[in-house]
Amino acid sequence: MIMQRTLRGAMVASTIAAALALPEPVVAQETQYFPIASSRVGPYSAMGTGYYGAQIDYLNYVNMNGGVNGVMLTWQECETEYNAVKTVECYQRLLQSDGQKIVVFDTLGTPGAYAVINRMRDDQVVLAQYGYGRTDAADGTVWPWVFNAAGHYWSQIAVKMRFMAEQEGGVENMRGKKIVHMHIDSAYGREPLPAMRGIAEAWGVEVVEIAVPPPGLEQQSQWLQVRRERPDWVTFWGAGSGMNSTGMTNAARIGFPRDRLIYVTFGAAEEDMYPAGDSAVGTYAMANALPGRDYPLVKAIQEQVYGAGQGNLADESRIGSVYWNRGLGAAVMWVEALRNAQEMHGKVGQPVTGAEFRDGYEALNMTEARLQEIGIGGMVAPFQMSCEEHGGAGKFAVMQWNGDKFVRVGDWQEPLDPDYIRQLITESAAKYAAENNLTPRTCP
Amino acid sequence: MSDKPIFMTFARSDVTNFVVLMIVAFAVIPLTVGSDYWYTSILIPWLCLALAAIGQQIVMGYTGQLALGAAGFMAAGAFACFNLELRVPGLPFAGSLLLSGVIAAAFGVLFGLPSLRVRGIYLMVATLASQFFIIWMIDKFGWFKNYDTSGIITAQDIEIFGRPFTSPVEMYLVVAVVVIVLTIPAINLTRGAVGRSWMAVRDMDIAAESMGISLLRTKLLAFAISAFYCGVAGALFAFTYLKSLEPVAFDIKLSFEILFMVILGGLGTINGAFIGAAFILLFPVVLNSLGNTYFHGMIDATIMSAIEQVVFGALIILFLIYEPLGMSKLWTNLRQRMFSRKRAGDARALRKPAG
Repeated sequence: MIMQRTLRGAMVASTIAAALALPEPVVAQETQYFPIASSRVGPYSAMGTGYYGAQIDYLNYVNMNGGVNGVMLTWQECETEYNAVKTVECYQRLLQSDGQKIVVFDTLGTPGAYAVINRMRDDQVVLAQYGYGRTDAADGTVWPWVFNAAGHYWSQIAVKMRFMAEQEGGVENMRGKKIVHMHIDSAYGREPLPAMRGIAEAWGVEVVEIAVPPPGLEQQSQWLQVRRERPDWVTFWGAGSGMNSTGMTNAARIGFPRDRLIYVTFGAAEEDMYPAGDSAVGTYAMANALPGRDYPLVKAIQEQVYGAGQGNLADESRIGSVYWNRGLGAAVMWVEALRNAQEMHGKVGQPVTGAEFRDGYEALNMTEARLQEIGIGGMVAPFQMSCEEHGGAGKFAVMQWNGDKFVRVGDWQEPLDPDYIRQLITESAAKYAAENNLTPRTCP
Repeated sequence: MSDKPIFMTFARSDVTNFVVLMIVAFAVIPLTVGSDYWYTSILIPWLCLALAAIGQQIVMGYTGQLALGAAGFMAAGAFACFNLELRVPGLPFAGSLLLSGVIAAAFGVLFGLPSLRVRGIYLMVATLASQFFIIWMIDKFGWFKNYDTSGIITAQDIEIFGRPFTSPVEMYLVVAVVVIVLTIPAINLTRGAVGRSWMAVRDMDIAAESMGISLLRTKLLAFAISAFYCGVAGALFAFTYLKSLEPVAFDIKLSFEILFMVILGGLGTINGAFIGAAFILLFPVVLNSLGNTYFHGMIDATIMSAIEQVVFGALIILFLIYEPLGMSKLWTNLRQRMFSRKRAGDARALRKPAG
């Protein structure tokens, strides 16, 4: 009887295992496998569908044009719902597939990034944060496997404050001003605070922190507090189009001027602005990848991939939107890193390992000329990675919503005092290294 | 008649079940499952959440107190374990686990107090406070997170007798041992005098009180033990599965999931906690996996993701309509049907109390 029961159990287990195992395709030519840990459902779906849609579109586009030196790109998708717990499951599921191990992972979310960040070293996988995630990972000596090619939150808040200072007519005019930092009450919302507090102290600015509990749809009392505080500026650090559009409608309700309101990159998409209607007009937002369809690569993808009916977006009009272009930027960096890795390790036309891919990502040198060549000149800020510097350009552009689309205000800007930001990063990374008994590597 | 269960002792079928499960857990699985995915993403979270579901089962299934906030106690346990490991040098991991359970239990008593005054759906609202208060407290006071700027901290490696347990199989074994060590007393408690008084309170608290059962003692004990299980589960969940600690991971959604595990698994059963946890945790994974395997590229991926959720929701409704007593009952019925043909005379033996 026991035997029978065990047998039956084994049969059930093996059936489930067989159903779960992904079919292995017959490999006719060299391929390189990428994971798509997408977040297409839930409050953050606008982000996930645009960003991961662009990544898939670009992989398709590369394949249609002969791959990376003949290496075709494959991918598997897994739904994380922007949930840290599910991201871990997806990471493990996507880790091995198509007969290969992943070389890179991209969670498009700080919670997910934190959940997998400590596995990167052991698994030899690059965590390509693209404008989100753990800030002090910009210190490549402590975090060899983690990169942030699109600028981190500490630079971003510093650029925001630089923009305010410019609007006020200089840093000296900032003394005595009051800034409200309204943020979602999560690690992501609090991430910019160390840099913000430091700069505010140096400038003599008062910072009032107001937290909004997730998912952030209830903000009435917080905005009443804003009305009492009468701040000169509000930096809004939200997530999801629900929270972001609610912020602007509430600002309109208390009569807070929208051109004193600056949104974070994760509230800076068309999908965040439309629901707020007229209340959104005039709101400033930060960009690490500018929207627009006039970039040659965007046009080419639209013609080739969507022309062939293989586009990933259900709504083609979202091509060139903020999240789609950001995803495109992220995917471009993967492919460039793969190209670098193939060349550096004498593997042109062959798949590379995680360690080789890491070297390739660290060797990224996206000059203006190279960006032009790829067809995204001007869409992202030029940058160069190095052994120590894993933080990308650290430059952001300010955009303003005109009710219909974002209008760029000024050029790519870096923090007024980049050395101070760097110092904060080094300190924080050193603290992490000490707590976890890590020896930072020495860079040449 | 030798199979007739006597309270606090075990029938022969219990022992055979136990032996079979032990062989599966410590011999069959480690020897046959080679993929890390199965350990890190299926077995470890399943066992951790099943343990939390046992906690929920005790307070809700056995004592009948509609409590919602298991994830809050899990967070308390997880952060207690982190701080114990960090601040108490030389404390063995088992000690940290035990103490974090005790700390969570203290919160359990605190938030169980309203149960003496309010009941039913009102109690559910009152216990929600634990969920929000514990998370708020951890967020508010930097000490709990060792003043980490980002608020997400890395869990320390598990070390037992100086030997690190970091590979997926090793962590699975740690979790399995803890879950077994805690499940046996849970079964014992529910079958013993304590469990009887819990059930008496559940079925009619006024009658129970008139028979000399102290409501204060019984209810608070249930809350304490429930929170203890949730606390240990939370610590294991953070240390073996997430490997990082973030309050947001223990949000209200997780509390609801644990509640659903208990309801779907079968109220007032311990094996229901395991079955319910498996269903709630694994079914979305299976659906997502099937969707990506067989419909990859055929349907728009966004619609596919939405369909998975619809199917999952429909399945829950179907289960509740056709088997309101939960999957544990389904399992009992199935077993009865399978064995009754051969052992028709022994059907009596299967009619043992739930558990």
